[in-house]
Amino acid sequence: MAHAAAVATKPKLAVYKFASCDGCQLSLLDAEDALLDVAGAVHIANFLEASREVVPGPYDVSLVEGSITTPHDAERIKQVRAESKFLVVIGACATAGGIQALRNWKDVDSFTSIVYANPQYIETLQTSTPISYHVPVDFELRGCPISKEQLIEVVAAFLQGRRPNIPTYSVCVECKARGTACVMVGAGTPCLGPVTQAGCGALCPAYDRGCYGCFGPMESPNTEALEMWWRELGVSDRDIVDAFRSFNAWAEPFREASDRVEARLTVTGVTE
Amino acid sequence: MPETLVLDRSGLASILSELRARDYLLVGPTIQQEAIGYGPIDSLDDLPQGWTNVQSPGASHLERRDDERLFGYVVGPHSWKKYLMPNEVVIWRGERTDTGFETVPPEPAPAYALFGVRPCEVAAIAVQDAVFMPTDRVYRERREAAFIVAVNCTQAGANCFCTSMGTGPAVGEDAVFDIAFTEVDRNGTLAYLVEAGSDDGAAVLQTVVGAEPASDADLAMLESVLQEAAASVTKTMDTDGIHDLMLANLRNGYWEDVGGRCLACTNCTMVCPTCFCNTVEDTMTLDGTTAERTRKWDSCFSIDFSYIHGGPLRMTPEARYRQWLTHKLATWFDQYGTSGCVGCGRCITWCPVGIDLTAEVAALRRVDARQGLSVPLPEVMA
Repeated sequence: MAHAAAVATKPKLAVYKFASCDGCQLSLLDAEDALLDVAGAVHIANFLEASREVVPGPYDVSLVEGSITTPHDAERIKQVRAESKFLVVIGACATAGGIQALRNWKDVDSFTSIVYANPQYIETLQTSTPISYHVPVDFELRGCPISKEQLIEVVAAFLQGRRPNIPTYSVCVECKARGTACVMVGAGTPCLGPVTQAGCGALCPAYDRGCYGCFGPMESPNTEALEMWWRELGVSDRDIVDAFRSFNAWAEPFREASDRVEARLTVTGVTE
Repeated sequence: MPETLVLDRSGLASILSELRARDYLLVGPTIQQEAIGYGPIDSLDDLPQGWTNVQSPGASHLERRDDERLFGYVVGPHSWKKYLMPNEVVIWRGERTDTGFETVPPEPAPAYALFGVRPCEVAAIAVQDAVFMPTDRVYRERREAAFIVAVNCTQAGANCFCTSMGTGPAVGEDAVFDIAFTEVDRNGTLAYLVEAGSDDGAAVLQTVVGAEPASDADLAMLESVLQEAAASVTKTMDTDGIHDLMLANLRNGYWEDVGGRCLACTNCTMVCPTCFCNTVEDTMTLDGTTAERTRKWDSCFSIDFSYIHGGPLRMTPEARYRQWLTHKLATWFDQYGTSGCVGCGRCITWCPVGIDLTAEVAALRRVDARQGLSVPLPEVMA
């Protein structure tokens, strides 16, 4: 019977964690009804958050959460890549280095010497970097955390051999689509939405908050034009630097924007 | 000349009651998040009575009025296309069967009564009619089912330029609507001077209680109110030869200037009442039993929109801004015989960085290539 044959050859799915908070892989467990559909469509072969059972690779689709922050992980991701037909990285840590990429601007040894009694046992890299810095990836799913609807869409697309419907335009499209009036135009609230990729459904502006940039830079972010307008709204350069340096701080357009504004702070002699 | 009637507030309310009795879904202006948008209404009490919106490029806020007008404001971030050309519509659905698949018939189109449609918006609906009515089932069904109650403007916002585009502040002779009215102060009391624009509109007006024919004095007052409204429009756009101006300057270095300020965020196109660009998404459930094709709003400011066999045609924001403005003001005439811009000013107000197309057109005139004033375009766009 065709149905039985389909079960026997169900594609194998693996889920891996690197430096991260687990929130993105929990999105899969949090997918409610859709989780049953996923479990019906794939064999969840390696997902330690959900089951102790580990079926050896290779895997058809591997979801990878987290950034690379240790020499050990820099090696481990190569093994994951070798075992995976499609490698899909999920979340701001895996796609941009995460909030922990703030270390990239600092001296990590100075942290470990303060935090740990015996820092000589700590083996860590000076940087937190996205997975794509280390191995080729097949798809990057943005977000801090990712959207579970987008995750299901990506998994479905890879299983069905089609392109995922994951738009790279700005959050503004989602604001206008749901009828949210612009918080920046309407209330003068600084918002990263115009330079941030859609995917969250424009959650924060719907509750009168500016966008925090959780989904990273949109396809053609004009950070300079936005930054000039924020200054008109009375936002300090220090706050502009901090806004770009959050979950997606190391994503190139946001990194360049924060460095550019920070350089101005140094020039004008303003510190905190 | 259709007969003009005078209604008081309860007379206006009875129009809504009659439309509800005719099974229309009532939608009209309501206050939403520091702005006046369009949403479901039950009665006149849901309207932004006594409020107005104060606008400038990239800014808008609400203020209390010193009167209790129901329509003392101008257009906000929503347009009626959210009902006639909604953002997300399933245009095809198929379900797997034992032998293949069968298509699931679409839901019947909802019948909306659009209450409080401004003259520039009546003009915008006519523009979308020209685009969609010949070919698009989704739009045509919704448009044919809709009942349009227009309201003339008695004041302009700072970003309104309907008088330059010939679309307001009152509905024009050729405008298509069912009922139109003007809110006026008649001897210290708010009154509504109403006329029918269609047989359906006339039938609805026949049910209104307490209507009286407008006197000569009422009609004279109406004319002066609308003249004052026209005089209150301060923003202008010089449309003289605008089609040729745009097309003669496609390689003008000016576009780089506006491209540097533009966020390519799509807000102008999302709020525009005539912008119609859309995309389709094909999705299938994980178990493979149901497939859907969904139509969604898209924008010429998104990179994917111009993606054709191997790459997008318009990589830079300046190329995308040029495409948008030249389509609105020039090639729209070639395609549909009308301007794509109705002068509502939404794209100016709701641009997060306050780009004003009337100022951009004026700037382009100052560096018109035909006068030998242009600077060369950067290589990436040439």
